Amino acid sequence: MTNDPSLEGRGIPVVEETIAADRAVPAAAQPSVVLDGVTAAYGRRTALADVTLSIPSGSLLAVIGPNGAGKSTLLKLIAGLMRPSSGRITVLGGPPGTAASSIAYLPQAEAVDWEFPVTVREVVTMGRYARLGFWHEPGREDRDRVAAALATVGMADSGERQIGALSGGQRRRVFLARAIAADPELYLLDEPVTGVDARTQEDLMDVLEAEARSGKTVIATTHDLICAAQRFHQAALVNGRLVAHGSADLVLDRRLLSETYGGHVLVLPGDGEGLIIDDAHHHDEAPKGERHYHDGTR
Amino acid sequence: MDPLGFILDPMAYGFMQRGLIAALLVGIVCAVMGTFVVLKGLAFIGDAVSHAAFPGLVIAYIVGAPLYIGGAIAAVATALAIGIVSRRGRLRFDTAVGVLFAGTFAFGVMLFSTIKGYVADLLGYLLGNVLGIGIGDLVQVAFLGAVVLIIVLAVRKELLFATFDPLGAAASGLPVAGLEYLLLALLGVTIVVSIQAVGIIMVVAMLVTPAATAQLLVVRFGRMMAVAVVLAAVSAVVGLYLSFYLNLASGASIVLVETLLFVIALILGPKTGLLSRAARGAAIAPSG
Repeated sequence: MTNDPSLEGRGIPVVEETIAADRAVPAAAQPSVVLDGVTAAYGRRTALADVTLSIPSGSLLAVIGPNGAGKSTLLKLIAGLMRPSSGRITVLGGPPGTAASSIAYLPQAEAVDWEFPVTVREVVTMGRYARLGFWHEPGREDRDRVAAALATVGMADSGERQIGALSGGQRRRVFLARAIAADPELYLLDEPVTGVDARTQEDLMDVLEAEARSGKTVIATTHDLICAAQRFHQAALVNGRLVAHGSADLVLDRRLLSETYGGHVLVLPGDGEGLIIDDAHHHDEAPKGERHYHDGTR
Repeated sequence: MDPLGFILDPMAYGFMQRGLIAALLVGIVCAVMGTFVVLKGLAFIGDAVSHAAFPGLVIAYIVGAPLYIGGAIAAVATALAIGIVSRRGRLRFDTAVGVLFAGTFAFGVMLFSTIKGYVADLLGYLLGNVLGIGIGDLVQVAFLGAVVLIIVLAVRKELLFATFDPLGAAASGLPVAGLEYLLLALLGVTIVVSIQAVGIIMVVAMLVTPAATAQLLVVRFGRMMAVAVVLAAVSAVVGLYLSFYLNLASGASIVLVETLLFVIALILGPKTGLLSRAARGAAIAPSG
């Protein structure tokens, strides 16, 4: 230990640098996604208003907010599935949709017909289709990548099963494998860990963390605040607008969360930290795109 | 009668040869398209498009144009209009289709009522008569059917992805809207090709029933399509022979064989089979 104030003074930046390298983004990283004053609407109903957000490459970003807050809308805008009514979006250096084969989008589980007659391997192989192009059948490289992706999510032995025969957690694993097989630069994941067991959640987050470390950008919506706080590096809080954006442990604080969720966050007094519980009324059974309010928040 | 004679004797007639080839072609093309129709839930659209072909046929008859051309234009235009309504419309989709469907058919009936004299040709299109198909018509059926099959097989994997997960497919860069319009246009062509065989009213059965039966039997897309094709071909042959020996309407015979196979699959099938379900229920009941 030293009393030299000049050395003490250096201590803080070093800590920050460690955090930056470990949890956040390399300073030189190019922004993967930039939204500038983006507003989006379904018909006359505004879903997101005036969102300005820059997401660097290598981010592992949780998008958090109540149902109907515009989380899925944000992903659809970035994926080019929906056009903003105003504002500018840049994805991987171009307008949304131009780098589509470098984007993997995972729909909400409710959006998928699980009775569809396809096997696990067929679903994961779909991740290769955009790169293959018309007329071309999957070749050896595609089969290898599909097998590797299945192994990555722990589903190597389930390739020939029909997707309807899988559990909820296995289904999410398979869809993540499809995203991995596409070898994307940008993952857009709508509720990847919702409704899955704790083990699956940990496994999937391990995979996503590894992808982010290798420079891929991961943007995922979630209802799970504990998962967001523990496993994601950054968080964006949305409720019709961008409430806050930053490092996950800084953004997930009591004041910002109650601003995001209105009356739907219960803060239990504890050992000075406070325990935050997502209101149980905010389940995932609301129909797609439906606004879902319980009180006078609007 | 010896079995060989039973099978070969009808083939001595030219109309049976042409009818069998036409029924097989129509059955196979409908089964392939029908796999997508069933998985995308387009049965009602298929019914609407086939009815909408009627005014096209009548107009072609009145102006002396080839009937196929008139029917094809009307069917494809209606299919694409339905596609646009489904993407842009504010009405409930099935409501919009119902309005379009009844309106176009009524328009055809009105035009039909203005024609003076005997119009058996046109009435034939309502119920179909595959045994009445001429060599020229057969060539057209074969040509258009081949075009539909080649296009569908060329974009088979993209159609599969877009049908299974439209959002994921669109995000990965596949032209999902374009593929949907293509599918609807091909559906229009398929329906017109099939109308002469089974008629406007029963075309939807040719599209839906073999694929629906196949879905009860297998759990893979490729196999579902293959099984649907086999079922359609078997139904075409059996239906046509029944029609020949029992002097029944040919289109109705084919459709009824398809329907019978569906009912058998429903009762005996491995997945949804009522028998296997009852067996499972019986197995579970004592312990529960």
